[in-house]
Amino acid sequence: MKDKIRIASGQGFWGDLIDAPYNQVTKGEVDYLVMDYLAEVTMSILQKQKMRNPTLGYARDLPDLMKRILPVCIEKGIKVITNGGGVNPVACADAILDIAMNLQIKKLDIAVVIGDDIRSNIDEIIFSGCELKNMDTGESIVPYKSKLVSANVYFGALPIVEALQRGADIVITGRTTDTGLTLAPMIYEFGWDKNNYDLMAAGTVAGHILECGAQSSGGNFLGDWKSIDNMAEIGFPIAEAYPNGDVIITKHKNTGGRVSFETVAEQLVYEIGDPTSYITPDCVADFTSIKLEDLGNDRVRVYNVKGKEATDSYKVSCSYADGYSAVASLTYSWPDALTKAKAADKILRQRLANLNLKFDEIRTEFVGYNSTHGPLATEIDEDKINEIMLRIAVRSKDHDSLKRFGMEIAPLILTGPPSVTGFAGGRPRPNEVIAYWPALIPKKLVEPQVKILELK
Amino acid sequence: MKKRLLDIAHGRSGDKGDAANVGIIAYDDKGYEIIKKQLTKERVKEHFKGICLGEVERYELPNIRALNFILNNTLGGGGTVSLKHDAQGKTLAAALLRMEVDE
Repeated sequence: MKDKIRIASGQGFWGDLIDAPYNQVTKGEVDYLVMDYLAEVTMSILQKQKMRNPTLGYARDLPDLMKRILPVCIEKGIKVITNGGGVNPVACADAILDIAMNLQIKKLDIAVVIGDDIRSNIDEIIFSGCELKNMDTGESIVPYKSKLVSANVYFGALPIVEALQRGADIVITGRTTDTGLTLAPMIYEFGWDKNNYDLMAAGTVAGHILECGAQSSGGNFLGDWKSIDNMAEIGFPIAEAYPNGDVIITKHKNTGGRVSFETVAEQLVYEIGDPTSYITPDCVADFTSIKLEDLGNDRVRVYNVKGKEATDSYKVSCSYADGYSAVASLTYSWPDALTKAKAADKILRQRLANLNLKFDEIRTEFVGYNSTHGPLATEIDEDKINEIMLRIAVRSKDHDSLKRFGMEIAPLILTGPPSVTGFAGGRPRPNEVIAYWPALIPKKLVEPQVKILELK
Repeated sequence: MKKRLLDIAHGRSGDKGDAANVGIIAYDDKGYEIIKKQLTKERVKEHFKGICLGEVERYELPNIRALNFILNNTLGGGGTVSLKHDAQGKTLAAALLRMEVDE
């Protein structure tokens, strides 16, 4: 058994710094590279891509990335674990195998974790008595069934552990928890018992710290952010894990950013609910038990983590089409920038009303004044404002109303208040709104499957 | 003496569906005593009047000198439904740091 392993975070979301994974595998020693690509809305986008082309439906940045890092990973024995398989992990693995072949790599085992996509057997699930009730509203999914775009179960670390045990060099999953990606190599390397919930919680907490990339190593830091060194070359976080569950969060030397008590603490409180019950498929972690020790030199020890037995259900994330939205903006300059923007908003709203268009919501915000803090924004002296951007967003089930909304923006330039600019790129177009439906499903109703694809 | 919360604490916020989570971390033990005492559920709800339209939940993490607030019914529907410029509540931690506390 290894006395420690180093797990590197390579992406905090799909669209994160392209070079981050390459830097993680080349700028210092690591054993694993983990990458989280999936947000709730991502699954529905991928599902739509797959419906148009059955060979798509995964994070398309991934094959390009693998082309760059695969030779390094093979040379150094670094394993890659990612949920970038989206709704089509097999096609993703095939694309990577093609790349490996072109790179003349001799041996490569890619594991795929599937079984999370329950859209096709939703009727069976409902028939068995599970109505996939919305966790927020308690509503049954039955009336929304025909509108569903995607429905995926969040698996945890265990299918990835199986993949590693079967010799995988790369593990591509569909919907897997971000934390499971990091916990899995610890279970595998240290032979942890899956019923030792303190250890499961320790790895889960490390996963939570890694899952948003540089957000724990100095990025988006609300403390003394001005003192963060060299954000341009920010180092992504690395979890140095030990068999007893201790984890040291660090980053490669000669990279920018910072790993400190404060930067790690900020990530710990990110997107959590009740801190005593951080629920994953692997355990229920108690974030109030975590101890942090700042060791200096960009090293923070995370220890004493306590956990409890996992629940008997998985979380399910469904999405369904729910009408359309559009956003428009115009920029007004000094003098009286805010007054002009407010007047334009009033004129536009009257025109929309006169046209009898149907909207579920019209929302106006003044960027430069109150678009982030709303009523908490302090009053401003009009004479000191250089410019204000008027931002108007609308939502409707009626596509035609939104199309017409898009035609009413540019006319404001010649038929409204003066010194206005910023209308480029044509009319605002209606975008499909994908609503999100969180639910629970008994674990016994779904079975994760692991398949190994070998280089031929 | 009055102080801005910004001077004794930092934090981070994000989305959980239509709810926002706001985590606030004091820089030292003295600061934690202040936020623990003064950042009550009621005071935070009042602070976010017009932004948070639902209940406020409050949790303590004394181990990292932090409080976590869940602001229900805050993000205009959340996710891709929300029309808000800050649909994910990313700037709400900073918004809470505007609050004045007694030292």
